[in-house]
Amino acid sequence: MLGKTAGGLFWMARYLERAENTTRLLETGQRMALTRANDSDEEWGSVLQTAGALQGYTARHGEVTKDHAIDWLLRDPANGSSVRASIKQARDNARLVRTALTYEVWSAVNSAWMRIDAALAHKVGERDLPAVLELVREHSTLVRGATINSMLRNDIYDFLRLGNFIERADNMGRILDVKYYVLLPTAFSVGSSLDNVQWEVILRSVGAGGGYRMTHGQRTTPRQIAEFLILDERMPRSLSFCCRSIVENLGYLTKDYGQEPPSAGLATALYERFQGQSIDAIFERGLHEYIEEFLSDLGQLGRQIEVDYRFYE
Amino acid sequence: MTEFFDEMTAPDGTLRAPYREIGRWFGEEDVARLRAKQREAEEVFRLSGITFNVYGKAEAEERLIPFDIIPRIISHREWQKLSRGIEQRVQAINAFLYDIYHRQEIIRAGRVPAEMIARNEAFLPQMLGVAPPGDIYTHIVGIDLVRTGPDEFYVLEDNARTPSGVSYMLENRETMLKMFPELFSATKVQAVSDYPRNLHRSLAASAPAMTEGDPTVAVLTPGIYNSAYYEHSFLADQMGVELVEGHDLRVTGGRVCMRTTQGYKPIDVLYRRVDDEFLDPLNFNPDSALGVPGIFDVYRAGGITIANAPGTGIADDKAIYSYLPDIVEFYSGEKAILQNVPTWRCADPDSLAYVLDNLTELVVKEVHGSGGYGMLIGPAASKREIAAFRAKLKARPGNYIAQPTLALSTVPIFTRSGLAPRHVDLRPFVLVSPEGVKITPGGLSRVALKKGSLVVNSSQGGGTKDTWVLED
Repeated sequence: MLGKTAGGLFWMARYLERAENTTRLLETGQRMALTRANDSDEEWGSVLQTAGALQGYTARHGEVTKDHAIDWLLRDPANGSSVRASIKQARDNARLVRTALTYEVWSAVNSAWMRIDAALAHKVGERDLPAVLELVREHSTLVRGATINSMLRNDIYDFLRLGNFIERADNMGRILDVKYYVLLPTAFSVGSSLDNVQWEVILRSVGAGGGYRMTHGQRTTPRQIAEFLILDERMPRSLSFCCRSIVENLGYLTKDYGQEPPSAGLATALYERFQGQSIDAIFERGLHEYIEEFLSDLGQLGRQIEVDYRFYE
Repeated sequence: MTEFFDEMTAPDGTLRAPYREIGRWFGEEDVARLRAKQREAEEVFRLSGITFNVYGKAEAEERLIPFDIIPRIISHREWQKLSRGIEQRVQAINAFLYDIYHRQEIIRAGRVPAEMIARNEAFLPQMLGVAPPGDIYTHIVGIDLVRTGPDEFYVLEDNARTPSGVSYMLENRETMLKMFPELFSATKVQAVSDYPRNLHRSLAASAPAMTEGDPTVAVLTPGIYNSAYYEHSFLADQMGVELVEGHDLRVTGGRVCMRTTQGYKPIDVLYRRVDDEFLDPLNFNPDSALGVPGIFDVYRAGGITIANAPGTGIADDKAIYSYLPDIVEFYSGEKAILQNVPTWRCADPDSLAYVLDNLTELVVKEVHGSGGYGMLIGPAASKREIAAFRAKLKARPGNYIAQPTLALSTVPIFTRSGLAPRHVDLRPFVLVSPEGVKITPGGLSRVALKKGSLVVNSSQGGGTKDTWVLED
């Protein structure tokens, strides 16, 4: 396979995952805004920060308002990570690697782009927001289904999965980091009573509310939520789950190509830090520091994959 | 008013034999259902991304080439004659190219003037003395034909460099098979679907002598913003080979290699869809970002086959076109089976005078033009357009040729008010390799969608049709 093709597959999957995650954040933001008593727009600042979009937004608009924040995340041309831009990038990458995709996957990505791009061609009013977000989620599910059902389990599939889980782990890490940082600027003491609403917002923003209740019932403690999102390998968005998938797919590539690249070692090291780790130890050490280090290592892993498999010249 | 030959309906209102079955079918069809089918076809094309990019817009816009659901039908007998003529012509073109880049016998014999070659931009002096595998220069050829009567076909243009459109031929058939399977059980149509396999076979058979084992074939594209990118990816996909861009390639150890996830891997045959001048910044246009530095040196040393060969353009130049009947005769020793359209070369003063006197009757084309750009269709032009063209013609006569306005045949298209005749041309696709010449039955029919229009190019609003060659 061409190195460029591997890169195209990797980034196609990353952008699709990014579009889906941004959509989920928007959903959470709207939900928060609707269930709150006062009507300041402060939640949107935190949503923007979680999406890694606050800096760009502030440079452009200054003060955070609901309308601007929604538009920024959905479709503002100045935001390269908006849902619209992500879908366009995913589709451009799919076109680049068209020969590596099945017709089912290609047409799913292409029709996702056609429909979502049209839906985001104009400003989306609050009333239409749920339908638009639903549209993005629906198409993203279709692409995923087409991928699982029609693609061979070979290196092509591995690069798609790598992109998928690196982006997901990155997003999850940032959500945890931002929430921790924003909500608990002062020293955190284990076991103190917290604002449950805020932690539930996290669960919702990663689509894990149902899964959490299934596992832990109605009792929400920050400790358990953090454990669920970081360490629980049954949870397909947890950091540990993402890293295990990355290790697996790098393992298949290693077997396929008969050579173990440096990135495989990095991934294993990253995954191993969750093994036998207790959430209490993480909190003791400092959740923020823990996540920050994780994100930095994850970034390095991503860059090493690009080098190992010759994405670029 | 000129009488046009209609391929479906004879002047007395009866249907010509190849169209009898489809005529009966159409008569029994529900027009509303057909309209829905037409929309369905467009949706399929859109979803598959069978689009072309339009140049000259700020943001490259992707457009569909309109597809008409009524097939264009050619009888077995008609096709046999055409394919004999095409094979003869394509072999002569390759013989001509070999000659031009070697001993230039045809010039010595006085059949083609030396200045037609030496002063031609499409002539590549770097190719002198280079012999590609099997002496084949143009592996993939598209011959544009027009029809003016029951037995009258003319070659309008030879596309020996990088003919495009074959993906539309294949997708049009695929679409028709999906939408109207009943048509294909009632009428036996010759298949076109083995084109990608034949293309791969033909390219592999043209691999350099030094190739060991199965040759590695790749398709070279300028990238996703090129107007024919869809076709490039389609062909690579169908052949099961890599689709590469210049920046995926590098010359190492005397080979052209592509950067794979497991390191650099040599390529034996490169089906390039990049023009000569952009192929190699070291040997040609130094500003080209699309090409591969040093690829031409590898080529000269026999380390790779480039299809079509660099310098092939000298054979499909519009000024050379007018010599094609002589060229065919010179190399085959036979009269050309396919006729040329009579052509005035404006470089010649007598011809120029005639052309200037008869501009309202003639079609004038640029020698190096393509895609229907920069041409004048006299009978359809306004006085002002003619005056403007007259000035251009006088300023650079050598840049133009002129031809009579042909009475292009018509075929029916499906319109809001039922079937209506529109002008059409035909581009059959030909593969040439050391194993021989292979012509796919049919080709791409391009049809003008505007009533009375003689311009069929997609860049000028033309559409396409599935083209059937009937079994005997």
